[in-house]
Amino acid sequence: MGKTTAEKIFDAHLVNEPFPGTKVLRLDAVLCHEITTPIAIDDLIRRGKDRVFDRTKIKAVIDHVTPSKDTKTATQAKILRDWARRHDIKDFFDVGANGVCHALFPERGFIRPGYTVIMGDSHTCTHGAFGAFAAGIGTTDLEVGILKGVCAFRQPKTIKFNVTGTLPTGVYAKDVILHIIGKIGVNGATDKVMEFHGPVVDAMSMESRMTLCNMAIEAGGTSGICQPDMTTVDYLWPFIQDDFADKCAAIADYSQWRADADAEYDQVIEIDVATLEPTVTFGYKPDQVKTISEIAGSRLDQVYIGSCTNGRLEDIRIAAQILKGRKLAPHVRGILSPATPAIFKDAAKEGLIEIFMEAGFCVTNPTCGACLGMSNGVLADGEVCASTTNRNFMGRMGKGGMVHLMSPATAAASAVEGVIADPRKYL
Amino acid sequence: MKTFGGPILFLDRSDINTDEIIPAKYLTEITKEDLKPYILEDLKLPGFEPKGAKTAQARVILSRANFGCGSSREHAPWVFEVNGITAVIAESFARIFRQNMFNCGMAAIELPAADLDLIFSHAGDDDATMSIDIEAESLTVSAAGKQKTFSFHISPFDKALVMAGGWVDYADQKY
Repeated sequence: MGKTTAEKIFDAHLVNEPFPGTKVLRLDAVLCHEITTPIAIDDLIRRGKDRVFDRTKIKAVIDHVTPSKDTKTATQAKILRDWARRHDIKDFFDVGANGVCHALFPERGFIRPGYTVIMGDSHTCTHGAFGAFAAGIGTTDLEVGILKGVCAFRQPKTIKFNVTGTLPTGVYAKDVILHIIGKIGVNGATDKVMEFHGPVVDAMSMESRMTLCNMAIEAGGTSGICQPDMTTVDYLWPFIQDDFADKCAAIADYSQWRADADAEYDQVIEIDVATLEPTVTFGYKPDQVKTISEIAGSRLDQVYIGSCTNGRLEDIRIAAQILKGRKLAPHVRGILSPATPAIFKDAAKEGLIEIFMEAGFCVTNPTCGACLGMSNGVLADGEVCASTTNRNFMGRMGKGGMVHLMSPATAAASAVEGVIADPRKYL
Repeated sequence: MKTFGGPILFLDRSDINTDEIIPAKYLTEITKEDLKPYILEDLKLPGFEPKGAKTAQARVILSRANFGCGSSREHAPWVFEVNGITAVIAESFARIFRQNMFNCGMAAIELPAADLDLIFSHAGDDDATMSIDIEAESLTVSAAGKQKTFSFHISPFDKALVMAGGWVDYADQKY
């Protein structure tokens, strides 16, 4: 019997099975940010165990509230910064070099096929786009990861999504994943891995694959996973060119992590995107989705483009294509937060930042801020935001505020019209 | 080992998420104690008051499917812990929340929907309490002068974490 990608990664990283059904895995990357890590650091100090298992496998960034907005957030940043210095963690990203963790770490080549990755952040599942097993965990699991380089998991079953057809104009990875979550529900993949296959995924860029995997957690999934291929190798090539004779050698090596043709799946779900429309959430759960035809015209106060879901260059390009030569509707506020400094720089070089500013957008530094209502775009009670982020829980972007999740294209079209709008007429 | 049990807080809805349990704006607190006033602040349920007496007295939460979905924040179990709530009973849990509970030495216990219906029928009884025996994997509900016992299953690993008082001590001994 063949194996899924997650099963292969579990087998290769197994330390032991302390009890039936629980597997302790060796970790390749332990990622840290300033919200969930400081309490782990404080606890390690309190226990007299202020150590790290391997400083080269720990990566840290200040990204949720940056630059710090008050004494409390400055203190969180300082605890992480002092710890990184104390342990000589080279891959630490502070103000000026920092960006949204799930965009920044892949961009730096830290995630490779076959890796085990944890972070005290639920959207860690993003990194499965590289053919890795990447799971969000809490502060205690993070603390043990930092100290021992291991994490315990129940062996997850895998759901295979076979995505076929051709993506229609104006329909993107974000629409595909919102459609999938709408289909299986917010706990449709709890304790399971979501493995994405099919010609549509094969044709996607790494950015789009990250968007797809990013929202696996919104269906309860432990990790999203895409199959490593030449797209993966091309993306990673600047970081791996000394490890392999050529790209073919790299793909030959990475192919060991591809699921076997006769792998056994918990479920196989066919998704045909040929007739898929731009998709938008309407309630307070990510599985409450409507097609654009059903929801167009809904009122808005703010449009937000950014985050670990859709703050990458590809996303900014698509939105800019629609915004070029157009203006924000008068009553709507627009905010763009490129997800990393490199993305910001490239977007500026390509003239995209100017397009956003001409349209009337505020362009902020890379940060998670507004997505979870911490800074840089918090909503007032009763306000509504069209957002490229990943979570539409009640009050998520600010107490009493409402969020409609959508693609960057739909967000840009909505910015122009001042209500939720169909991007296809602009493309 | 902690004792599990006491007055029950009935939260009769599925998909109660971590933003409702503890909004992100409070994640800037550095100590667990500082989270205490903000428990379930954004949860909107008929008759539920985050700052009400029932919340303050509660030692156990009873809820429905997919409890604790959303963020990975361990602040969710912590805000329960500092308010004296050390067990959540539900039809199912989001993975990260469930593991966070056991990692902290607390209990996230699954019961079938039919058992939950029986316990929820006591939501109007002010004296409804529960006692939980982790070792024996059983819990007893007392309300309106009656008692009923239910059995449950938790994984041997999760049981070991509760007995050890959490994952850090356990892992440091073993790995």
